Amino acid sequence: MLSTDTDILATAEAWRDAGRGVALATVIETWGSAPRPVGSHLIIDEEGNFLGSVSGGCVEGAVIAEAADVIEDGRPRVLEFGVADETAWRVGLSCGGRIRVLVEPVA
Amino acid sequence: MKLDLLREMNRERAARRAVILVTDTAEGGSQRLVREAEAGSDPLAAELMARFRSGKSGIVEAEGRSLFLTVQVPPPRLVVVGAVHISQALAPMAQATDLDVTIIDPRTAFATPERFPGVALLPLWPDDALAQLPPLDRYTAVAALTHDLKIDDPALVAALRAECFYVGALGSRKTHGRRVERLTAAGLSEEQIGRIAAPIGLDIGAVSPAEIAVSVLAQVIASLRQDRRRAPA
Repeated sequence: MLSTDTDILATAEAWRDAGRGVALATVIETWGSAPRPVGSHLIIDEEGNFLGSVSGGCVEGAVIAEAADVIEDGRPRVLEFGVADETAWRVGLSCGGRIRVLVEPVA
Repeated sequence: MKLDLLREMNRERAARRAVILVTDTAEGGSQRLVREAEAGSDPLAAELMARFRSGKSGIVEAEGRSLFLTVQVPPPRLVVVGAVHISQALAPMAQATDLDVTIIDPRTAFATPERFPGVALLPLWPDDALAQLPPLDRYTAVAALTHDLKIDDPALVAALRAECFYVGALGSRKTHGRRVERLTAAGLSEEQIGRIAAPIGLDIGAVSPAEIAVSVLAQVIASLRQDRRRAPA
């Protein structure tokens, strides 16, 4: 079953209620051909469990890794991915697009 | 995001009310939630109203700040009138495309959980059933499939008055002609009645109930994604 935004945000609340540290990632800008529209969500808990997506799977790993730091220090940050970015050699969007993702703690 | 804001967003979504979360993306930036009813008096009123209409999230520059607007409109919903054969095929397909499906049919022999596993069923007349659901709205599609005017007509009237994003009705052109006369007599305008997709479904030459279900679902999606389409079908 694919998760909807409803499931994702409801699950984020449920995870917090269960006492887990949670980060919310949101696609805030896209250029060119990007796999997920602006507003798409991914939630991550302190153990790296996640639900939803911000790309077709291309950059989820990097976002999840960054989310651990966000949960740890409580500071939101904006990440950028794309072929124009030097991180494209590590993670990037194979479709050639670029995206910016806001990762914030749910606190 | 503050947990309180997340809870509020989830509550509003469950109640099918549209909200926009305004997030200052700068470090230490603030965050607030605006309900559709309150948007008119907000400093960002014009931008927010346009976003509620389009349903699109995005960045807006205001007073030297970069604000991200998370637009949360109610999840798209499909109300099917008629627990008929086509509906048995349509319900699981529509659920697979993330539509929240409810089936209404006062004929209790049709509206059984055995025929519709995992689907919300209301074995009531449309007026009674609709009174039990969150009100019909712009984020709801209504497909009337019973072929029975006593059941279909009240649902169509309610759907058109509520400006549902899609309103479709099963039946031949001749059947629809008579329906137009009845709805006109019921006080609906030509423009309102003109919004009914009839005969229902995209013209893909569908024959079987499952094929008709595909054509109906495709038409619902085409209405939902109107602004993304390359050319009118």
